[in-house]
Amino acid sequence: MDKIQIGTSINGEAVEFLCEPQQSLLEVLRDTLGRTGTKEGCSTGDCGACSVLMDGRLVCACLVLAAEAGGHEITTIEGLATDAGLHPIQQKFLEHAALQCGICTPGLIVATKALLDRHPDPDETTIRYWLAGNLCRCTGYDKIIRAVQDAARSLAHPA
Amino acid sequence: MTGFAYHAPTSVAETLALLGDHARAGRRAQVLAGGTDVLVQLRGVDRTPRALVDIKGLAEVNRLHVGADHVFIGAAIPSAHLNENAELARLYPGLMEAADLIGSTQIQGRASVGGNLCNASPAGDTIPALIAVGARCVIATASGTRELPVEAFVTGVGRNALVSGELLLGLSLPRPGAATADAYLRFTPRTEMDIAVAGCGVSVTLDAGGVCTAARVGIGAVAPTALLVEAAAAALVGTRLDEAALNAAGAACSSAASPITDKRGTADYRRKVVGVLCRRAVGIARDRVLAHRA
Repeated sequence: MDKIQIGTSINGEAVEFLCEPQQSLLEVLRDTLGRTGTKEGCSTGDCGACSVLMDGRLVCACLVLAAEAGGHEITTIEGLATDAGLHPIQQKFLEHAALQCGICTPGLIVATKALLDRHPDPDETTIRYWLAGNLCRCTGYDKIIRAVQDAARSLAHPA
Repeated sequence: MTGFAYHAPTSVAETLALLGDHARAGRRAQVLAGGTDVLVQLRGVDRTPRALVDIKGLAEVNRLHVGADHVFIGAAIPSAHLNENAELARLYPGLMEAADLIGSTQIQGRASVGGNLCNASPAGDTIPALIAVGARCVIATASGTRELPVEAFVTGVGRNALVSGELLLGLSLPRPGAATADAYLRFTPRTEMDIAVAGCGVSVTLDAGGVCTAARVGIGAVAPTALLVEAAAAALVGTRLDEAALNAAGAACSSAASPITDKRGTADYRRKVVGVLCRRAVGIARDRVLAHRA
């Protein structure tokens, strides 16, 4: 089987790559394109470490074939910070120490972005259910929730 | 050479031709919608090379149409899209509750009701809910289309009634009037990210005096396939859905169940719980009809 040529957009940049038919978007992001910000946890869609946005919709990159990304817009954790600095969600995760080992953090930040893009002022229950697909093995959930709440405030009322 | 292939056809005819070509050549082909079951199986229990036929480029399987008599839900529409549709939430709150229970936000962004049905897990949440609302499968065949009620579509654990070269296009649901409402309940030890120990979908129709004139009850995770429980519906029709009727319907669900014992619960426990879920779901559906009238 010849490799498939795919054209996509990653963090606003046109990207072309070659992939095997059964390769996941996660494998291509990390191993082919060297964008290792997106983490591999379970590779079965249970842990959320590989969360990315596909046309603005939160998905697990491990459950998307790389070939399926053709013609779609992918946003990864690398797409959040700008030259001006960290994204407010990243800043609030730092300020609240909402990370311990850090493996779940990129996925949680991308999932939080998807949440706040749709629900700018979520209550705690909404936050907890929305993020239920992102597992933190260090069980640092409470600080994560506080960081998300503060990020929502910060995005609503930029300093 | 991996033996895998990826196809992204753009029409139903092209898809059927592809599936037919692979079948005639003795090659395995598998339809891919959201991929949240297919890719997991591909990484784990079933790594056999195959052609993956991605149907998301087909207009028909992405079609959502709310008509005067029927609603069509394309087989590949992600459940998140369905749950964001206010009209569907109003017409089929039970079915949308079931779709909303499947997996995480990430999973719901991809997973489709059609895929949940084709995957044919005994615990698939949307299957009893689809049975309750009287959904029919619209299947593309080499010679046209055929329809099957959902309760006849799933034929066993992980098996469905599609024959080689066929494709599930979507689901056709009778559009409920104001006197009809559905509900779905499942029991899981956790409130999120879990698989049903037992599930029950119901739909009831009440006349102006509050007497139940029609009912459908579907149960899941308590038998190799989700089941339509006609005896439970019979226990409800003609009553005012009082406690005795609810108890009789619950008992009918418990006796229709043939559950297994596994880490999620014993067979006895599941049999009991499915009856409780039925009673409660009928109460919710009844209250929804009454709320329409308030």
